[in-house]
Amino acid sequence: MAAKATRESFGETILELAATNENLVVLDADLSKSTMTQPFMKKYPARHFEMGIAEQNMIGVAAGLALSGKIPVLTSFACFLIGRVESIRVSAAYNQTNMKLVGTHAGIGIGEDGTSQMGLEDVAAMRALPGMTVLQPADHAETQQAVRWMIEHKGPVYIRLTRQKMPDVHGPDYKWQPNKIDVVYEPAKKPAKYQATIIASGGPVPHAVEAAKLLEAKGFAVRVANASTLLPFDGDTVARIAKDSQRIVAVEDHNVHGGLGSAVCEAIAERGISCPVVRIGLRSFGESATPEELYEKYGLTAPSIAEACLKNPA
Amino acid sequence: MPTSTAAPTDLKSLTKHLRHDIIRMIEAAGNGHPGGSLSIIDILAVLYWKFLKHDPKQPAWEGRDRFILSKGHACPALYAVMAHRGYFPTADLLNLRKLGSPLQGHPDRLRMPGIEFSTGSLGQGLSVGVGMALAAKADKKDCKTVVVLGDGEMQEGQCWEAFMSAPKFKLDNLIAIVDHNNGQIDGPVTEVMNIEPLTDKLKTFNWEVQAVDGHDLDAVEKALAKAWAAKDGRPQAIVAKTVKGKGVSFMEHNIAWHGNAPKKEDADKACMEIKNGR
Repeated sequence: MAAKATRESFGETILELAATNENLVVLDADLSKSTMTQPFMKKYPARHFEMGIAEQNMIGVAAGLALSGKIPVLTSFACFLIGRVESIRVSAAYNQTNMKLVGTHAGIGIGEDGTSQMGLEDVAAMRALPGMTVLQPADHAETQQAVRWMIEHKGPVYIRLTRQKMPDVHGPDYKWQPNKIDVVYEPAKKPAKYQATIIASGGPVPHAVEAAKLLEAKGFAVRVANASTLLPFDGDTVARIAKDSQRIVAVEDHNVHGGLGSAVCEAIAERGISCPVVRIGLRSFGESATPEELYEKYGLTAPSIAEACLKNPA
Repeated sequence: MPTSTAAPTDLKSLTKHLRHDIIRMIEAAGNGHPGGSLSIIDILAVLYWKFLKHDPKQPAWEGRDRFILSKGHACPALYAVMAHRGYFPTADLLNLRKLGSPLQGHPDRLRMPGIEFSTGSLGQGLSVGVGMALAAKADKKDCKTVVVLGDGEMQEGQCWEAFMSAPKFKLDNLIAIVDHNNGQIDGPVTEVMNIEPLTDKLKTFNWEVQAVDGHDLDAVEKALAKAWAAKDGRPQAIVAKTVKGKGVSFMEHNIAWHGNAPKKEDADKACMEIKNGR
């Protein structure tokens, strides 16, 4: 199907789930047009709470709703939710409340609005919270299934979604599984040892697939894996990948510190496996430009990812 | 069945037991917060014996009213009340802050049934109360949510976000009680960061506000009765004028007892005063 932003897929899925799950309620902080909860708001006004530009209170109110049997889904830009990390720490994680935090506008992929609107450290903050689940789906099918699972799952969940449209990286029969890293691209000829395995998450996943195809045309066997659950992290799969790869290239639209790249390094180091890891992501704040320009500048497009597959970090 | 509405024959003498237990459990723990615990104990006694619908044998009973101690550091007061109400044996109070004890240094709902929300990080309790009251309204449940906040806590911006939000949703089933003892760690609230005029501020936030002496059991009861009866869509605030360390002369108005445990000699002296107190 046509490319679709994961925030859009989320909005559609929530609307669909609301028909059969009357406990599902949505809270917004004046960004419902951007986080795609407007259709829900229009169809279920009594179950939609506009909280204004007051994210901390929204998080606390969600905790109270959750402790009264509701399944609150609260949305804002990733950066604004994570700005209230201490409220999330206590009201969501420590209290183990059944709230679903939806952070849209992940990373430099938002483009022109620039750094203050970009969620670039949210995964790092959320990964440090005990009892939290952190999801980042990469396309429509994955988002639909991850959102359905999230609503069924008991406990706090943080899901990170894109502003930009995402092409399908999964086939029509794709069955998403939580806590699993899945392979989204295998070269036609499976080698004894891959030139590299790219592990990507969210926005850069299609670029990683393109990189693998570029390299395949040049005779290099590169596989692409997609990490859609970042906490808990599927370290066992990373360990297996490390054993038959010359290197791992971790790609994320997020700061490399504390995000996917860190999780990959932790997984193999803790298992005593030796494999070079190239971390591609942000090491600074972002800036204003088109999403395409920014992906190119910060090394998240196919040519940069492909180049990283060919050499170890300096 | 909830046992809440049964009033003790003498609430005044009961509060003496509760004050005694607060002192003894903090003494046993070796640290803790006596000042703020003693300032809210009269309010908690009136709430737990005369107002809150609850069932100590079924802490998760659906029809219960919700109570959140947003100023979580005053939990010795809450633990004393819960023990005397039958949630757990009073002897367990001496396990406050001990390894493996459900009586954590700040309330922990996952370790102690009957605690509605784990607090301690100031500023979050009223937001959670708004969520609970909102859920009760949505489900047309006849239950109240009561939140006790500290006056120093009112310096947290999240409190004001919460106060701003409750009238929007017409939460007349929500009662916020501010323990106004004018003491916080770095000094008097009026000096550290003044929150006055507090009652006026809350009124302009569209809350119904009552000011009351937080140690006058009858006055507290009267104010709560009025707040309980609210049906006009206005959330209910009670600004309770209190004394930090109330009931122990050397602790009263003395910020040194905000977060210090009495040693045996002081604890004995405190308990004697409480016993012989007015």
